[in-house]
Amino acid sequence: MDYVNIRRQAASIRKGLFDQGYLDEQFYQLEDLQDDASPNFVDEVVTLFFRDSLRLMANIDQALDKCAKDFNKLDVYMQQLKGSCTSIGASKMKTECTAFRDYCRDENIEGCMRSFQKLKREHSVLRQKLESYFQQLRQAGPIECATRPSK
Amino acid sequence: MESHSAPSRTEVFPVGLRVLVVDDDPTWLKILEKMLRKCSYEVTTCGLARVALEILRERKNKFDIVVSDVNMPDMDGFKLLEHIGLEMDLPVIMMSIDGETSRVMKGVQHGACDYLLKPVRMKELRNIWQHVYRKKMHEVKEIEGHEFTCDDLQLIRESGFEGFEERGLLTREDKKRKEEYSDQDGSDQSAAKKARVVWSVDLHQKFVSAVNQIGFDKVGPKKILDLMNVPGITRENVASHLQKYRLYLSRLQKQNEDSTLGNNRRADFNPKEPPAKPDLKTSPQVQQSTTSKPSPGFGFIAPETETQPIKPTSHVEEEIKVKRKTSSVPPLGMLLSFAGTVPSAEIKTSEPLTTSKHPHPNWTGGLPLVQFMQYPKHDHDRCDLLGDYSCLPKPDLYTSAPPVISINMQNETGNLLDVKPALMDCIKAISPLTCTVDGSTLGFDGLPGIKGSFFEQSCRRAETGLITGSDLVPLPEDLNLYSSLQEIGCFENVGLMNSIDLFQTEVESSNWCDGSELFDYPLIDECLFA
Repeated sequence: MDYVNIRRQAASIRKGLFDQGYLDEQFYQLEDLQDDASPNFVDEVVTLFFRDSLRLMANIDQALDKCAKDFNKLDVYMQQLKGSCTSIGASKMKTECTAFRDYCRDENIEGCMRSFQKLKREHSVLRQKLESYFQQLRQAGPIECATRPSK
Repeated sequence: MESHSAPSRTEVFPVGLRVLVVDDDPTWLKILEKMLRKCSYEVTTCGLARVALEILRERKNKFDIVVSDVNMPDMDGFKLLEHIGLEMDLPVIMMSIDGETSRVMKGVQHGACDYLLKPVRMKELRNIWQHVYRKKMHEVKEIEGHEFTCDDLQLIRESGFEGFEERGLLTREDKKRKEEYSDQDGSDQSAAKKARVVWSVDLHQKFVSAVNQIGFDKVGPKKILDLMNVPGITRENVASHLQKYRLYLSRLQKQNEDSTLGNNRRADFNPKEPPAKPDLKTSPQVQQSTTSKPSPGFGFIAPETETQPIKPTSHVEEEIKVKRKTSSVPPLGMLLSFAGTVPSAEIKTSEPLTTSKHPHPNWTGGLPLVQFMQYPKHDHDRCDLLGDYSCLPKPDLYTSAPPVISINMQNETGNLLDVKPALMDCIKAISPLTCTVDGSTLGFDGLPGIKGSFFEQSCRRAETGLITGSDLVPLPEDLNLYSSLQEIGCFENVGLMNSIDLFQTEVESSNWCDGSELFDYPLIDECLFA
């Protein structure tokens, strides 16, 4: 396998994520945290994020269904999700969370719905992109980790 | 989850700082854990506030600091903060993605030593040891009291607090503290005095019933101590706890009042406004004027000045920037100016308060100095400590006077609400308090109050203090203070917020009341303890 090529691909996906505004500098912070003690730190954090954000989004889905008028509740849920997005620097998602919360403040349920659909799309796009990025990285792993003791 | 690479406790502070992180967001929890580990701290993580509280209760003395998220489903972060404050007396740092001033303020009101906005950065976390250090420092002061010398300070500095336990200057204390937990007989009087008390639920219960028995307006640490009749705790312990308890109660009361009063206040808060850290930029501008006269301060009037009236004609040039836009004074500047303030301050309000405007005349005529003579003497050494560590001005500044908050109310707002009731309430509430804590704390018990009426209070308080209990002076009808405050909205405590440290340190250092820790918490809402 051509590790160099794979690495180049990974790098270009990553660059695209930043250039297109999917990620912000918080992601760099995560990368900085990765070290020998936890060589897959970013991957792990991102995986955790997607797992947890699915849960939070399910909550919101439910809330929109059942108690659409409870804007306070929606806002609280969305705040949680926004906090989560902040953790990996999911910039576009975060922006959408903010938009959603603004709609909550205006008690605009249509706005909320629309915004939430968009949020879901952003979520899946980001997920897809990040997954393929990490996949590439994992394949290219041996080279990158050549100097590291294990893994 | 103890760190796999748990740094040995023999390393130098702050390595191995024991941090408990509480956040319901697993992703953040993981990140924070990693960050703190990278700072060589010992990290324990916890996803639920209730669990955090349990951990803290079970493993007393096993943590140095708590970092907690504000928004958690099982328990409000503020609630957790309160519990920790009351029971464990640990420094707590709050975090949230919300930088709304009101939220941050709430955190500070509840006793958070810091409030970080997410995404939290490494450099911020790297620095959290300072809160632990600061607290320890205060404890040392409390313990060593007047014996504390520059040499001691040097020692501490050199040893870097080395881990707090088993070593260094603090070892004595910590060991004693430990002993105290195991047997609270307090046989060694000095040991007991120097020990820190963990307020168990039981102990707190005793405390509360003592307070209730005495009655809130008459309550004082000594009385409580006598009533509690628990060996091993000191007046200082009680004083400190009382202070926190007041804070706690006032918050409850505040919540009630918010439902009535609060509406007005909030009205002006603009949620769209960009999140602002509560620095001076958003705070009312408080300018201090330093008079050239080294006149006797409120606090340290030497006996020979007894015949001389105090000149608290404060000059307060204060514009509450109603829109809370500007202030050119940087936070430090504010601290400095606070500290440098001199006893006399003239209040330059657009409407004169009940006081005379200029130099000497006392606010309400002849202030009996006796009142102030009770303040204990000043202790320079301790000031040094503070001066060096908290960017505070050098001690000599203090010697002349304790802080005087000068504020100047210039109303820019036209709308005048009915001022009187609120102010009167405030005064009523204050009056009893001014003498409560102890013989030695007279008057300034409240310092600059917080609460919606920070400004009111400081003026009023000064006034009431100076009046020495005489009848309340009728308030000028057109005092627009209150309306300004209303404008400020949830901005209530800004001033104090910036000067919390200052007050804390100043008060402690100047030893206004011998139970120095009494002021540890900045008298938030104090005026509500009627």
